[in-house]
Amino acid sequence: MSVTIEKPEKPDQPAAAPETARSARSLVDAVFRAREISIAGALVLLVLFTWIAEPRFLNDQGIKDLLLNAAILVLLAVGQSVVVITRNIDLSVGSVVGLSAFACGKFVSGTDHGVLTVLALGILVGAACGIVSGALVSFGRVPALVVTLGMLYIIQGVDYWWAQGEQINAADVPQPVLDLGSGSVLGIPYLPLIAFAALAGTAYVLRTYRAGRELHAIGSSPEAARLAGVPIRRRVLAAYLFSGAVSGFAGALWLARFGTVVADNAHGWELTVVSAVVVGGVAIVGGTGTVWGAALGALLLTTIGSALAVLKVDSFWQDAIAGALLLAAISVDRIVRVRMTRALRKRSAR
Amino acid sequence: MSQPATTGVPVLALEGVNKSFGAVRALRDVSLELFAGEAHALAGENGAGKSTLIKTLAGVHRPDSGRVLLDGEPVVFHGPAGARDVGIAVIYQEPTLFPDLSIAENIFMGRQPRRALGRIDHKAVRTSTAALMARLGVELDPDRPARGLSIADQQIVEIAKALSFDARVLIMDEPTAALTGSETARLFSVVETLRAEGAAVLFISHRLEEIFELCQRVTVLRDGRWVASEPLAGLTQDDLVRRMVGRDLAELYPKQDSRVGETALSVRRLTREGVFRDVSFDVRRGEIVALAGLVGAGRTEVAQAVFGVDRADAGEVRVGGSALRPGSPTAAMDAGLALVPEDRRQRGLVMEMSIERNIGLTGLDRLGRAGLVKRALERGRAADWAVRLQLKYGSLADHVGVLSGGNQQKVVLAKWLATEPTVLIVDEPTRGIDVGTKAEVHRLLSSLAADGLAVLMISSDLPEVLGMADRVLVMHEGRLVAEIPRAEATEESVMAAATGLTDGADGAGEAGEAGEADATGLPRDADATGPTGDPAAIGHTDATGDTGANGPTGATGPTGATGTSGHPHATGDTGATGPTGATAEGTRT
Repeated sequence: MSVTIEKPEKPDQPAAAPETARSARSLVDAVFRAREISIAGALVLLVLFTWIAEPRFLNDQGIKDLLLNAAILVLLAVGQSVVVITRNIDLSVGSVVGLSAFACGKFVSGTDHGVLTVLALGILVGAACGIVSGALVSFGRVPALVVTLGMLYIIQGVDYWWAQGEQINAADVPQPVLDLGSGSVLGIPYLPLIAFAALAGTAYVLRTYRAGRELHAIGSSPEAARLAGVPIRRRVLAAYLFSGAVSGFAGALWLARFGTVVADNAHGWELTVVSAVVVGGVAIVGGTGTVWGAALGALLLTTIGSALAVLKVDSFWQDAIAGALLLAAISVDRIVRVRMTRALRKRSAR
Repeated sequence: MSQPATTGVPVLALEGVNKSFGAVRALRDVSLELFAGEAHALAGENGAGKSTLIKTLAGVHRPDSGRVLLDGEPVVFHGPAGARDVGIAVIYQEPTLFPDLSIAENIFMGRQPRRALGRIDHKAVRTSTAALMARLGVELDPDRPARGLSIADQQIVEIAKALSFDARVLIMDEPTAALTGSETARLFSVVETLRAEGAAVLFISHRLEEIFELCQRVTVLRDGRWVASEPLAGLTQDDLVRRMVGRDLAELYPKQDSRVGETALSVRRLTREGVFRDVSFDVRRGEIVALAGLVGAGRTEVAQAVFGVDRADAGEVRVGGSALRPGSPTAAMDAGLALVPEDRRQRGLVMEMSIERNIGLTGLDRLGRAGLVKRALERGRAADWAVRLQLKYGSLADHVGVLSGGNQQKVVLAKWLATEPTVLIVDEPTRGIDVGTKAEVHRLLSSLAADGLAVLMISSDLPEVLGMADRVLVMHEGRLVAEIPRAEATEESVMAAATGLTDGADGAGEAGEAGEADATGLPRDADATGPTGDPAAIGHTDATGDTGANGPTGATGPTGATGTSGHPHATGDTGATGPTGATAEGTRT
């Protein structure tokens, strides 16, 4: 990852760095940058095309809607990336968002609790869910897929049981909380700003802190990580804790944005989130990818949805297109990995 | 060579260490002392327990009994990180790197230099890595990902890692196996520097001249037992070989005579870049051909490529005269090839399935109709083979996992023999198997060959190679370096070729015919090396005849291999292994 983002200056390297190493690195660089650039390119093309077909797509309100729609998915994609980078997966995020949104709604309805209290509650609910999944995966050594699928249903069940068909109405939610969802600064809504801050912060930590690098190490080769003395279980637990906390936070924001909350909000979102992450270039087998890419993937998926709506295409197509993108992304990953390995191997063969 | 500093307290020591894996006793009452400023060699054949010993020192294994001493005090390492934290660096035979991360990150993972607020100082990581690379004299870009690095370069990264934390004890498990001559020389100068600075070094190599060049003391292990610890000064290479090898050839190898028929498997110029290169050989019906060499020489990889599990970059495989579609195990099976893999638990068997199911796996389309498997046919096939291989089992419906290692191996053999192959490739057929069953597997292989099956046997067990094979092909560093007929194969000649010590193989034929034999078993006669690369010397094998320069003795001949890898030619006494072969053979039969 550092390979992709940092542009290393080369002053203190041996002057005659070998041709092979240079070209090998630029090859790898090119591949990864290509992924992020091609998503950004696709995004631009999509927006341009839709804008030409329907100019209202990019008026003030249109842009605002695009950003608002993307914010929560971007946030979830950031949390999910951190887990996927360690060669794990968190399928419970949709349920966590639902539970957290409902818990926050229940907590604030008819009261005048402040915004920060609500957000803190959301984070706590999510973190509690994340720590259970994380403990089972890391210390219980149960495959992540099974654990988080189980958690998906358990949390959903708890949520339904608690809600009993009840619904939180926007009228019951304190105005400051709703303002968080609809307000803006300098014309940019709060939600996308929050998501961006979380994104930038996570990216920075993943790149500049030992713990962040160790997450990549674990995903790249668990065996080597063990030999290098990386505290694998603690790190994986932390990744789940983070993913859970972010999901809970997203649940609180969900309440702020929509005001109206039912038990099965965000139902099925886990798959959208995973798609966004994978489309964004975080390898499902761990080790590589950036949260920036994942965020771009999330932006692309929501923009496709908005564009299709504006173009009056049947919304069912959205899922099909997301699915096709996912398959394309995974195929490209696989092919690139095989090709790159072969190319690097041949380069270094004497 | 400086005087060994054998006084004082050893930095790191093992005391009466025992370690077993299931029924296999890997180490029995082994002791070892490493002193500061001394390079200590660990010698022994494959399977002697060297790797287990290293892993015990590295904190990967904990001894069943006995103690690990650090500066004279007993210690218990909690995992590899614990050993690393007290300054023990281990360079394994097969490096474990993070393929997706840069070389710099690989070296400093978990120990990155930090700036304020605990942030990683990426620049310092990069410059330190560049400095380490400069110190090692290699040109590897610190930002390049580890994916696709050659083994040699991966090794360099591991060494750089050890350098980066100023290890007090440097343990190297065959670090030179994949290095060229100049890389080895560079490594040695680095190790020499470290040693001069007071580090203790434990060095494993199959290249004896390296042991003598680098080390002051040697400990020899044999079959998991400590044999000797002594200064190298005053020892000769022959002495060392004798300590390593010295064991009897039991009646473990019931070799039957068989009529050698037409060529069944023919491999031409097979190459997989960075793994093995230009490998050509033939296996004929009725013949057992052993593929010998050190771990990591590329033998298993050749077998995988022949069978189509891995795709070769160049070259051709012909079975029964027709070319095999590359990269397709299915095509290989259809053509009559069978591969019994090295790791039977991982790749040979489905452990949770029953015996009969496992045996049935390779012939599902023959065990029924329209894609449905008939239980009766499946059971019949399993029962038939169980009897033929004298499988010891409770019920055919039992899980394979409950069988002993030897019987599991028989199930794998049954599974493949049931496909009625013309060529059987067995990779380490008797690894981890008790002696009794071992003999049964040998008897089975021998009788299969007598029935006209062509057998290619990969084995690291030298007595097995010598006892079973009609011909021995020896690989060294991804090349086929020698082809030794049964009559001239000895532990010494095979080992010499496998370690790249000698051009013995070719000379062997000539010298053997000359009938020169030295009663000591290790001739001093330099003439005995004979004319290198003379195809006539091994003219009774077709491999060289029909491919001309591409044959094993041509382009890839020992002279060529030693030339490219840059190792000094062997001295006369180890080079001339031919006559020994004749002697040994003569006394055995």
